[in-house]
Amino acid sequence: MSPEIAPFGPMLRAQTKIELLRLLRVPWFTIATIVFPVMFYAFFGLDQAHMPYMNATVGLYLLASFSAYAIMSLALFSFGASVAAERGSGATRLMRAAPLRPLAYFAGKCIASVAFGGVSILLLVLFARFTGGAELSMPMFAALLTRLLLGSLPFVALGFAVGYMAGLNSSVAILNLITLPLAFASGLFVPLDQLPPFVQSIAPYLPTYHLGQLAWGAVGATSEPWPRAALWLLGYAALFTWIAVRAYYREERKEFA
Amino acid sequence: MIAAGSDEAVVFRGISKKYGALVALDAIDLHVPRGQNVAILGPNGAGKTTAISLMLGLRKASAGSLSVFGRDPQDPAVRSRVGSMLQCSGLPEYLRVDEALALFCSYYPTPLPIGELLELAGIRETAGKRIARLSGGQLQRLYFALALCGNPDLLVLDEPTVGLDVEARRALLATIAEISKRGRTVVMSTHYLEEADAVADRVIVIDRGRIIADGTPSEVKGAVGRKRISFTSPAAIDDERFVHSGNRYEALTESPERLLRDLFARDIPIENLTVTGATLEEAFVALTSGGREHVA
Repeated sequence: MSPEIAPFGPMLRAQTKIELLRLLRVPWFTIATIVFPVMFYAFFGLDQAHMPYMNATVGLYLLASFSAYAIMSLALFSFGASVAAERGSGATRLMRAAPLRPLAYFAGKCIASVAFGGVSILLLVLFARFTGGAELSMPMFAALLTRLLLGSLPFVALGFAVGYMAGLNSSVAILNLITLPLAFASGLFVPLDQLPPFVQSIAPYLPTYHLGQLAWGAVGATSEPWPRAALWLLGYAALFTWIAVRAYYREERKEFA
Repeated sequence: MIAAGSDEAVVFRGISKKYGALVALDAIDLHVPRGQNVAILGPNGAGKTTAISLMLGLRKASAGSLSVFGRDPQDPAVRSRVGSMLQCSGLPEYLRVDEALALFCSYYPTPLPIGELLELAGIRETAGKRIARLSGGQLQRLYFALALCGNPDLLVLDEPTVGLDVEARRALLATIAEISKRGRTVVMSTHYLEEADAVADRVIVIDRGRIIADGTPSEVKGAVGRKRISFTSPAAIDDERFVHSGNRYEALTESPERLLRDLFARDIPIENLTVTGATLEEAFVALTSGGREHVA
């Protein structure tokens, strides 16, 4: 007797493969998650890379900043823009009528994003090392990657929220409007002490600021204690998840009720 | 694997569907036995797409109960045996045709080989192309191939020939007929009456959310029970039962014999007389609009 439903493993593999292909083939994914971080690092990070700063070096400090920026962009774009694109094109309906299991769909996106996040940070680390001479030890690299992947959860939830609310064409613009000002105001592009006092006063309330704190801590720079950053991010994760779930059920009532 | 006694592929019992104040389906009863090839015919807004969405578990009924192979259509085991083509659907455009097929094949327990799918849909030459670069017709045939990925027992097609040229349409209908001959159940909605006539062994006509005719194509035509009389006459005939263009006269009538007897009795000269059964199109127009202007 033939099985009633398809095995989970091959379904997950196929789903992960198309998510990886998306990240490789859709230009604004690659631009937002690989080209921008490396480019910004080249603009801001190469000068004075060896100067001491916040108990680390300028090179290492900015490497952590742009790694945080890359992971945040990846989480927002790979969950937000892809969900908006699937909804807008009608792919959601087609996948829903097919026996695709929601867990395979979700896990495929997560695995592809983690893999892509690892690659984008690795590229940044290699770039920083060979151009700016910023030496990142293996334990620091491992800590940076782990902290950023866990710290990206609120941005995954925010991505879903945008994905369920934005249209096919507006999602990329909206996501850029979220990522660029947030990253700037949190000191990910230019260190906070060089920003206007007004920006410095709001930064500690932004999720990206605390993601930055996790990253800076990982490379040994002065930062707030990681449990405090983690708590802030957890709070934001809860808030964004609540918004995403509401948006999801609104969509559900509209399209599939 | 199959619930006992479920030789019905699709069962609707008193199904209603409302979108706010709009009644899309109004207490529909529908039984589709396994192996049947059904065409759902109706004008825009008749409720065809709603009926198909319910069948696929994409929408929930407001009232009534429905089952596919004896179960809830949202059951993954049911979805594994159903293939579908939707009207408003899309695919990630960055994928190649063969990649999209491999993806959908991974969703089903017993998928067909990709080569066979490309062959069945007639898109072998597009295998390595990006979806963004397909023509409308090629994309439509790719959707058809995706519907066949799981080697489905039930094929549900919402206006499958939209956007196809004459040749591709004929090929697609031939493939649907072939699949139906292999014992698969097919439910297809269409605007095109000749398609229903050519492919289906049962035609269901729906209008404003109700089933207004249900039978074989010839029964549906018979339900209207009319013949088309056509002839030319050198004489001008002043008779409101006929429509004419130039000297050609036509009428639809339930009793052609009486009409002809009447003409002969009046000694009207007629030539090139044909008496044919009404086409499904005429049956359809008469059923949905109650159009009586040409009816004798």
